[in-house]
Amino acid sequence: MAEQGVAQVWRRIRSVYNIQGNKCETCGTYYFPPRPVCPTCRRKGKLVEHQFKGLGKVYSFAVVRQAPENFKRQLPYVIAEIELDEGARLTGQIVNVDPEDVEIGMRVRACFRKIKEYGSSGLIVYGYKFEPTMKVTGHK
Amino acid sequence: MMSDRVAIVGAGMSKFGELWDKSLIDITLEAGMYSIFDSGVSGSEIDGLVVGNMSAGRFTGQEHLGAMAVDMGGLGSIPSYSVEAGCASGGAAVRQAYMAIKSGEHDVVLVLGCEKMSDVSQTEAMNTISVAGDWENEGMFGATFPALYAFMARRHMMEYGTTEEHLAKVTVKNHANAAHNQWAQFQRPVPLEVVMRSGLIADPIRVLHSSPVTDGAAGLVLCREDLAKKYTDTPVYVESSEQSSDTLALHNRKSITQMDAVIRSTRSSLKEAKLTINDIDVFELHDSFTIGEIILTEDVGIAKKGEGGKALDEGITEIGGKFPVNTSGGLKARGHPVGATGVAQIVELVLQLRGDAEKRQVDGAEKAMAVNIGGTGATSIVHILGR
Repeated sequence: MAEQGVAQVWRRIRSVYNIQGNKCETCGTYYFPPRPVCPTCRRKGKLVEHQFKGLGKVYSFAVVRQAPENFKRQLPYVIAEIELDEGARLTGQIVNVDPEDVEIGMRVRACFRKIKEYGSSGLIVYGYKFEPTMKVTGHK
Repeated sequence: MMSDRVAIVGAGMSKFGELWDKSLIDITLEAGMYSIFDSGVSGSEIDGLVVGNMSAGRFTGQEHLGAMAVDMGGLGSIPSYSVEAGCASGGAAVRQAYMAIKSGEHDVVLVLGCEKMSDVSQTEAMNTISVAGDWENEGMFGATFPALYAFMARRHMMEYGTTEEHLAKVTVKNHANAAHNQWAQFQRPVPLEVVMRSGLIADPIRVLHSSPVTDGAAGLVLCREDLAKKYTDTPVYVESSEQSSDTLALHNRKSITQMDAVIRSTRSSLKEAKLTINDIDVFELHDSFTIGEIILTEDVGIAKKGEGGKALDEGITEIGGKFPVNTSGGLKARGHPVGATGVAQIVELVLQLRGDAEKRQVDGAEKAMAVNIGGTGATSIVHILGR
């Protein structure tokens, strides 16, 4: 992937650093990333900002062994679909774990990490990854 | 004049493979010329051109392919359109041409699908394909395209008991079919054990569960039904053309073991054609990864939900089975030049319906279905053809 411009990363900082999305008060659905329109309610929808707790479980996952240049240093890594407790799902890495130990349903919580960097003098992208709740807190 | 039906009177393609000696223009013209010669239409009768292409700008640096094809093909000053729908760009091009003729705006349209992927490194090719997903929310965080299909595979295995052997059986079947297809990238069978031992790229997806990087182009000549007999004795008709959309990101779907856009568009295409799934004699289903073919056999209605693996065990989708799937070799073995794929699927089905598919011919095929997917199922384009 070509290097992203600063603007493309910068304008999403609030959302990506904090897992900030929104909720439609009409139908009660949570969205991450925040959606401009509730796809169910459309003009009847009422979207309000929502700060996700960052807790959830693994919905599905893969162990990546071939990756783009900016991720090569991290190989092999676990990428997963996480189902947040509020209901929304998102895609992110699971770290602080042996790939062998990851399973569907495993409880995870968000952590703030470096996602990738574009070479030695390029942009550094930060954001969310996840780690097993058990490992961090000692309970699920 | 409004046309009741749309006919396909010409079909052709370039060789698929890593064609280092050829440029995007070379292969696109090759496919165009083959399809025009095949049709008997003269260049001056073509009044419109549609190109399906996903990402020539990133793969080769060239955009504005419609104008390029008209110019290099010597087609004068006819209008041209370039359409993009991720990996369904080819199907989208066929559908655009179909609608252009149905509306009465055009009479004879040349459809081209093309992609030149080997001009960039394998890594860059993989990155470019991944932007057919939700780049900012999937690719950005390290989800490669194989990883997204691995999410589907792992859930399918957990929910329905699909096995690694099932993932491999699709490869074995499609390579066996491609062995009889002179245009295919891999014209050789591959044993099950070799597939099951091939390198992991995103567990549980292995390299031989995955379609390759391919250069290639395919072409079709479409025209008004009343003109078809002027050009050929064996026209093939588009019985229906349907399309449906879903969320761009895989994680926003309620279920990732089915593709709702495929379910919707196959149901509506059968209804439009006044057919049932049992009337369809041959299928081209989008197998960019082998789990994709398993899921699609369920979604189109060949197999019950969760029994796509069982259908493989029973040989239902082999040539000679009740519902032959990917007689061409599919994306896995014919190759997957992204923008060309949707057009190449139709080229294969035209050959099947004409009885020209040689050693991979499905005897007496009368109706055929192509399903072309964009991304991880955000776009589904379905065509039903008949003779």
